[in-house]
Amino acid sequence: MAKENSMGNIHEKSPWQDITEGGFVYGPGNSVYFNTGDWRVRTPKWDPEKCRQCLLCFPVCPDSSIPVLESKRQDFDFGHCKGCAICAQVCPFGAITMGDAGEGADE
Amino acid sequence: MSKKDRMSGNQAIALAIRQIDPDVIAAFPITPSTEIPQYVSAFKADGLISTEFITVESEHSAMSACIGASAAGVRAMTATSSAGMALMYEMLYVASSDRLPIVMAAVNRALTGPININADHSDSMGANNSGWIQIYSEDAQEAYDNMLMAHRIAEHEKVMLPVMICQDGFITSHGIENIEVEEDSLVKNFVGEYHPKKHLLNPKEIIGVGPYSISAYYYEMKMGQFHAMENARKVILDVSADFEKTFGRKYGFFEEYRMEDAEFAVLVMSSSAGTGKDAVDALREKGVKAGLVKLRVYRPFPAAELAEAFKGVKALAIMDKCDGLSGNGGPLGAEVRAALYGKTDGIKTINYVFGLGGRDIHVKDFFGIYDDLEALVKGESRPDCKHIGVREKR
Ligand code: SF4
Ligand code: SF4
Repeated sequence: MAKENSMGNIHEKSPWQDITEGGFVYGPGNSVYFNTGDWRVRTPKWDPEKCRQCLLCFPVCPDSSIPVLESKRQDFDFGHCKGCAICAQVCPFGAITMGDAGEGADE
Repeated sequence: MSKKDRMSGNQAIALAIRQIDPDVIAAFPITPSTEIPQYVSAFKADGLISTEFITVESEHSAMSACIGASAAGVRAMTATSSAGMALMYEMLYVASSDRLPIVMAAVNRALTGPININADHSDSMGANNSGWIQIYSEDAQEAYDNMLMAHRIAEHEKVMLPVMICQDGFITSHGIENIEVEEDSLVKNFVGEYHPKKHLLNPKEIIGVGPYSISAYYYEMKMGQFHAMENARKVILDVSADFEKTFGRKYGFFEEYRMEDAEFAVLVMSSSAGTGKDAVDALREKGVKAGLVKLRVYRPFPAAELAEAFKGVKALAIMDKCDGLSGNGGPLGAEVRAALYGKTDGIKTINYVFGLGGRDIHVKDFFGIYDDLEALVKGESRPDCKHIGVREKR
């Protein structure tokens, strides 16, 4: 995560003096800098043909990994999707299926 | 003008809290510290303080509430003893690693197993590596004075660490003494206001507190705590010097009693020092060059200063009111010996464990200790570690 972000420029090579006191994190929205999607053991697959854009799936995702653009869901954010399958359970139209870890679009 | 008033150690702490008027107190009753939150709730009911008093269902919650309040940017305090402190254990470490200047009134009581309500130091000694500054008080006066200094030490921008102010349960917490009490306005002025640079309730700067710290960061975080603890040394001395200038009572890392030309010295903490000083006076009458050092600041540990203080002595008794059951003496004994090693190697030492679970120590016990030291210097052998005041078959 050696990226310039709202936390300043703290990264895995930072000396202790550059780590914020108490590890305080400054500025919201830092999760985007941490790719946690590689923990996933099962990968959801979205079928845009079957999808009716009912948008029931995106609010239930615990990892905010279903991006919505102009009222339309996009493909998963595989940098953060943990493969919990909640979205697949919720989808009324069978537009989300669960595959193996390696399947689906790759991060 | 200060005035004399009679009160117990718990009342002295409660008085200091009333004068400091902290923003939040979260506490759960446990003997012998129970009276402190009890007095605070009475102050609250009487409208004498503006403190938010949070009654919690456990000490774990008490410390958690203090952590939340302190992270939100206010002064937070608690009081506890024994098993209560043990139940806080997880959160003590969170408070110090989050660098939150919480202040705790600790009333020392034996840690349960077997259950006991009387004084020894096994509770706070168990937390002696939790990243908290630890300051010990001999009597109600010192408990009061130390509490008036606690926030300034904790909240110093080079420190930002939690502080516990310790006193011996019942002996100090419930014994009534005459103490010098300072005027409310002078205390408020001395303690000052707390304006943290970063806090959760600042809408202009959104922060997160207490993040998960993977192995790439944990060590660097600990290094920050290490340096804060190092910085605390000077801050403690500076605040103590300002306290002396303001109120006239002098404090350092420890108090040296008749140590100028002492050949036989005792190092002891808290209320037992008073008994030891009586023994020193009696021995001095007889021409024995006895002295005593009472350790006030245990964290950060003043290793170099103690080695310097004991430079001229021939033999030293290190007294632990706690048996760490470590197989290597009590915690104070092990640390003082480490502090002396390589600096003052001529000194012979005995580590005494005493006073467990509120067992009294008497002036005559100290005579026995000084006798041991003299015998040791004469070439007689004594054990490295000795338990005194315990019944045993000979
Ligand atoms: S599988 Fe779970 S984490 Fe991944 S997109 Fe669906 S709900 Fe979100
Ligand atoms: S719940 Fe199914 S149909 Fe509805 S938007 Fe999500 S994927 Fe498409």
